[in-house]
Amino acid sequence: MRDASAYWKANIRLVIGCLIVWFVVSFGFGILLAKPLNSIHLGGYKLGFWFAQQGSIYVFVALIFFYANKMNKLDKKYHVEED
Amino acid sequence: MDLKTLTFLVVGATFALYIFIALKTRASTTSEFYVAGKGIHPILNGMATAADWMSAASFISMAGLIAFKGFDASVYLMGWTGGYVLLAMLLAPYLRKYGKFTVPEFIGDRFYSKGARIVAVICLIVASLTYVIGQMKGIGVAFSRFLEIDFAHGLIAGMVIVFIYAVLGGMKGVTYTQIAQYCVLIFAYTVPAVFISLQLTGNPIPQLGLGSTMNDGSGMMLLDKLDHVLVDLGFSAYTMQKGSTLNMFLLTMSLMIGTAGLPHVITRFFTVPKVKDARFSAGWALVFIAILYTTAPAVGAMARLNLVNTIQTGPIGSPQGNLKYANRPSWFEKWEETGLLKFKDKNHDGRIQYYGKNKAFAVKAKAFGWKGNEMVKVDRDIMVLANPEIANLPNWVIALVAAGGIAAALSTAAGLLLAIASSISHDLLKGVFMPNINDKQELMASRIAMSFAIVVAGYLGMNPPGFAAQVVALAFGLAASSLFPALMLGIFVKRVNNIGAISGMLAGLGTTLVYIFWFKGWLFIKSTAMLPDDAAHWLFGISPGSFGAIGALFNFTVALVVSSMTKEPPEHIQRLVEDIRIPAISGVVAAEN
Repeated sequence: MRDASAYWKANIRLVIGCLIVWFVVSFGFGILLAKPLNSIHLGGYKLGFWFAQQGSIYVFVALIFFYANKMNKLDKKYHVEED
Repeated sequence: MDLKTLTFLVVGATFALYIFIALKTRASTTSEFYVAGKGIHPILNGMATAADWMSAASFISMAGLIAFKGFDASVYLMGWTGGYVLLAMLLAPYLRKYGKFTVPEFIGDRFYSKGARIVAVICLIVASLTYVIGQMKGIGVAFSRFLEIDFAHGLIAGMVIVFIYAVLGGMKGVTYTQIAQYCVLIFAYTVPAVFISLQLTGNPIPQLGLGSTMNDGSGMMLLDKLDHVLVDLGFSAYTMQKGSTLNMFLLTMSLMIGTAGLPHVITRFFTVPKVKDARFSAGWALVFIAILYTTAPAVGAMARLNLVNTIQTGPIGSPQGNLKYANRPSWFEKWEETGLLKFKDKNHDGRIQYYGKNKAFAVKAKAFGWKGNEMVKVDRDIMVLANPEIANLPNWVIALVAAGGIAAALSTAAGLLLAIASSISHDLLKGVFMPNINDKQELMASRIAMSFAIVVAGYLGMNPPGFAAQVVALAFGLAASSLFPALMLGIFVKRVNNIGAISGMLAGLGTTLVYIFWFKGWLFIKSTAMLPDDAAHWLFGISPGSFGAIGALFNFTVALVVSSMTKEPPEHIQRLVEDIRIPAISGVVAAEN
């Protein structure tokens, strides 16, 4: 069962990493730090506002695909992929 | 062709399409009925999930909410999308691996307890049923407003359509119709947004238009202009935060956890062939959702700007600066007839004054001879529906928006009804009360449960209980405080046992219900509320709708503490947990031997 638990640990590490990014872009940039970030501009957007209404959503999409791709590789590495 | 005939044609054509799909996709086994035979391609499942998830509220109400709340409405944008990250990483792949039909079934098996399964069924039915009432109402409203059919007949037409494809096709029929409905609703949502973005900024992509320079020669950025115009009229700045940060934080968290815990969404990930498909499918679902959710802020901001500019035609304070009521555009008149837009000429000057509550501005307004904001009602739901008319778009766009709104309501209603029917026939009948029925009898039972659910939902849609508007908080609160933690602990913490899980669910559920009822009234009977429902009385300023995250925290804590003090789960349950964590066991076993 050593392989299985190594696979699970690698998965947990990956999930934690992704969730940190998830938290930072939405709760961090979009809510807690929105005010200071608003002094920076991205085109016609204030940056905090952009993260809250646009950016966080784009990052969420990218995160899920990143995770799914990484997991595919982990599945192969630990020989647990489905046929 | 006049608008009404055109709308009939467009809506009729979409209905013909849904029925055609229904006839092509009959379900003949319970697996097809509950999970579409687990044969849906991940991209198609993503599209179906998006339609399932985006309700009449997302389609009709959200942009209006953003238009009037500005930055503060970000909680809905982040909350209703961020949940998919949790779903993709914490729930969907493992529940797909587990490979059965319903959410309560997993909870019942993992915590080896019929009690836990029944608690889960109750949460599922309450959350889904309250949610479905809103959809039924949405269908009725769309019919009555666009086709001028009365509310009840519109509702019955919608019920018949859902009945045909959901009862015949089960999850299989629902999935393929949802794919078609997604295409209709996203087209209907983006076309007017593109036109309006072009008109205001010259940029055809609304997401970029919102961050662009205005087309009016002022050289100002659209959002700066909007802030400016609103502040000048005594409203608060659009891009500024108004509510408390703690409440925004908790509401976003509650909506995210609630989204991930809603059973009708989770079940969609049971329909794909493999674990790996479940992960990607969540990504695709969010892509299809994001197309609408990133367009909505542009629709909201542009609609608000158009509305203010329509009324405030000249300099603020000059006698000719405001639109004459007699010259109001035709959409204004049309929405006045529905009662969703109301004007009252408080200073009897025959012109419309629309301004905010800022105290400094009130002094100025008095000097102008204004006697209060005369737009006494601007219902936020009209923003999306009236948008094409405000922007003078052709009639076929308006007809399309009607079909899109109906598609959004129908697809969500069907998904919810299916979740209810499955848990009645599979969890209650087959799982608890009549374990000996065969596959064919169970399929019949689920069809009957489905028909029954449609009738109940239709009845409640027609006679909505007084609390219909409040129930969204309840649905998300229940999903966040009871289902999500139970599912997540079931997968990630092997040590959590039956007693721990049940006490956790009851603790989360109990605290959340009590908190909501404390301010909204017991069972939403207003007169029984213990405290007034406003920020000054909320505990630490936490609104009842934001409490789900706290309830979830109680659930997690109680489940972990109680489990650690009671007996470890039996061997076969621990093996079940190990098994769902790995997509395919064969490789590991081979490596071990």
